[in-house]
Amino acid sequence: MFGPFIALLRRDLLLAFRHRGELANPLLFFALVITLFPLGVSPEPALLRKMAPGVIWIAALLSALFSLENMFRSDFDDGAMEQMALSPCPLPALVLAKILAHWLVSGLPMLLMAPVLALLLSMPDTAILTLVFTLLIGTPLLSLIGAIGVALTVGLKRGGVLLTLLILPLYIPILIFATQAVTAAAAGLPVEGQLYFLAALLTLGLTLAPLASAAALRISLN
Amino acid sequence: MTSPPPLLRASALECQRGESLLFSDIHLELSAGQLLQVGGANGTGKTSLLRILAGLGRPVEGEVFWRNENIQTNREHYAAEMAYMGHHLGLKAELTVMENLRFGMALYDKPKADTGWQQSLTRVGLSHLQHLPVRTLSAGQRQRVALARLLATEALLWILDEPFTALDVHGIDLVQALLDEHAGRGGMAVITSHQPVTLERTLLQLSLG
Repeated sequence: MFGPFIALLRRDLLLAFRHRGELANPLLFFALVITLFPLGVSPEPALLRKMAPGVIWIAALLSALFSLENMFRSDFDDGAMEQMALSPCPLPALVLAKILAHWLVSGLPMLLMAPVLALLLSMPDTAILTLVFTLLIGTPLLSLIGAIGVALTVGLKRGGVLLTLLILPLYIPILIFATQAVTAAAAGLPVEGQLYFLAALLTLGLTLAPLASAAALRISLN
Repeated sequence: MTSPPPLLRASALECQRGESLLFSDIHLELSAGQLLQVGGANGTGKTSLLRILAGLGRPVEGEVFWRNENIQTNREHYAAEMAYMGHHLGLKAELTVMENLRFGMALYDKPKADTGWQQSLTRVGLSHLQHLPVRTLSAGQRQRVALARLLATEALLWILDEPFTALDVHGIDLVQALLDEHAGRGGMAVITSHQPVTLERTLLQLSLG
């Protein structure tokens, strides 16, 4: 089971590397939204500091949504998904490899860029650390939950709007807990509660999302 | 004549597309070394039948068995011995021929050191193209790469949907030779084709519609 998992992960990363132009789009979007806020709203540090957690997290969420569509699309269109569904390797394991690849090329770069952008919004140091933690737990969750929605809509011609409607409500709890944690950290309050809750959601997502996505993909292939 | 017990068995298959009934009450049995051609006009459900046999589609009625196990409930046993080639070949255009074949073998959990893909590629006559990205190949060449992948998986049962479409005369001869060799080794195949297939072995026929 590990052989196919690693092989697929390598293949997806290689494909992402050969399409690096497309890869930069969601990341650019993430950076642009955040840098436009001081220009568009107000350069007042106190106000920016107050809005920073929400702004960064909303940008991360939208940028994830933006990059999700392509997770299964090309494999579905060229028949590679059929080959995976028919291979002896369990489909949930292969789906997990694809989700991991998606996170590595979309979630991880955001995670690395976030501290710099947080400084731009004059976020205090303690809050930046918490922000990185929430992104570390939260962005894989965005990919995992998104995968279920993409798997359900990949068979449809124009699934984009439906995808947004399906998964945005599921993203709301992540947004609330993550921004609350960062706001609390900025105010010097304990944040363990929110982080534990996010971690619990991540565990749930890691165990259930691959199974649900694999089942949805089989329905889409039928 | 007593024939060996059937490995692939389908009973009372029925398939619907939308409101219309494509076919019903299809029975088939295939034992080692047997080849089956599914015939019928366009739109009679050949592809649907093949997808059901491969386990991609679900029939409205009926079941498919492999070694007396239902393929939907014992998917992994079946998948290890079956290879499917559909209208979409499942090759990644941005990867080279070699990368595509290696990934195809990795899906069947073959060790990385296994060089079976090289022999298969030589067999389909494309060994000189192994470092080219698939997007630069012609449709016929892609079809040959997919055939090389089929050989490299060493599956016992081949399910091929229109394996002749994009191929030239030599390509058609190649597929026919491959089918004969495969059956000679005890392999089995279910194919659809619009053109007459000439094999040394007997080709069983199933006509839809």
